[in-house]
Amino acid sequence: MKTFIRKFFYGDYGEEKNIATEHNPSRQTINEWPLWEVFIRSKQGLDHKHVGSLHAADATMAMENARDVYTRRNEGISIWIVESKNIHANNPDDADALFDPANDKIYRHPSFYELPDELKHM
Amino acid sequence: MGINLEEQFQQKIDQEIKIEPKDWMPQKYRHTLIRQISQHAHSEVVGMLPEGNWISRAPSLKRKAILLAKIQDEAGHGLYLYSAAETLGISRDEMYEQLHSGKAKYSSIFNYPTLTWADMGAIGWLVDGAAILNQVPLCRTSYGPYARAMIRVCKEESFHQRQGFESLLVLSKGTEDQKRMCQEAINRWWWPCLMMFGPPDDQSPNTIQSMQWKIKRFSNDELRQKFVNMIAEQIKILGMTLPDPDLEWNEETMQYDFGKINWEELKQVIQGNGPCNKERMDARRKAWNDGEWVRDAASAYAAKHSKQL
Repeated sequence: MKTFIRKFFYGDYGEEKNIATEHNPSRQTINEWPLWEVFIRSKQGLDHKHVGSLHAADATMAMENARDVYTRRNEGISIWIVESKNIHANNPDDADALFDPANDKIYRHPSFYELPDELKHM
Repeated sequence: MGINLEEQFQQKIDQEIKIEPKDWMPQKYRHTLIRQISQHAHSEVVGMLPEGNWISRAPSLKRKAILLAKIQDEAGHGLYLYSAAETLGISRDEMYEQLHSGKAKYSSIFNYPTLTWADMGAIGWLVDGAAILNQVPLCRTSYGPYARAMIRVCKEESFHQRQGFESLLVLSKGTEDQKRMCQEAINRWWWPCLMMFGPPDDQSPNTIQSMQWKIKRFSNDELRQKFVNMIAEQIKILGMTLPDPDLEWNEETMQYDFGKINWEELKQVIQGNGPCNKERMDARRKAWNDGEWVRDAASAYAAKHSKQL
């Protein structure tokens, strides 16, 4: 008997039909709670760092959930939450124009300047 | 003339540059990831159900607290992974809908029943042990948000495996009944755990593409063999045995040889005919439907308060 097993990987167990291609972002999001980004200060003296996101009905719930999800093992001492729609990001396609000019201005770096060895404390 | 987008994409992958949400990516890469990450998330969520059965039956307050903490971690792992999938353009509700309608799959292992307390130990040691072998390489997967979620998951997973082994260790030193319970749980979970790694390499025709995109870095058979080598040694400390008469150390390959896996069983479980498929899905749907009024109330409360501001 020939048995055919569809491929699947860990975390990928196959599917009846290709559902990923079917999805339509406009539907089934009407009742969804807004998305929030979570930032955590891991200890006094360090910056808040982005750790992930979650859904919550309002800021109070987002804060409670962030505490439960992202700080169960002493990961932080301070939490910021920002509703995701309020974050503006540059378009990755513009990255070259935005960040390339820094490469040809090597005189901005201290190693550009050749100085005599006798010169101390500089 | 420059090279096309697909070639540029593959070059980034080859140079180990991570792909981020707004970067260009082939449609098939996006769809493969949405499917893999969301199904991984579903597995974390459904994986809480067989354990939930034992919260109120844990043998001591200590074991109950440990089990609760483990299950809470799993809810968190599901959330990290759903968030990672959402960055690819699918909504959370769509993913839930796919799970509840039965369109999306989750790991075959969670369709087996948890008959005794020893199953909690066996799940921690064997199921989470198998999961860790799979998850560690995923920390280096090519899609940034998935890799970051997996790093978080792996940090927490080690506790799951260790508490499971320790719980079995206690049983293995207990009364005759406890020892028997321990051995029976190992017997029940061993083969389903080997199946968890997926079909053999010669029946996974798409491995090459996922390897090329560095979504996956080791094949099913490589990881399965690693797991057998690891467990065959660890079980000696428990003084228990694995239910496989063909399990034997091979001097030539320096690996353990092991018996034939019943792939027909895996196929049946994946297709929905495992011992608990229906029960798991019914429990998920019930939780979702029973929670509807809470979700609605929270939304109404938030809407009312945003108007007052």
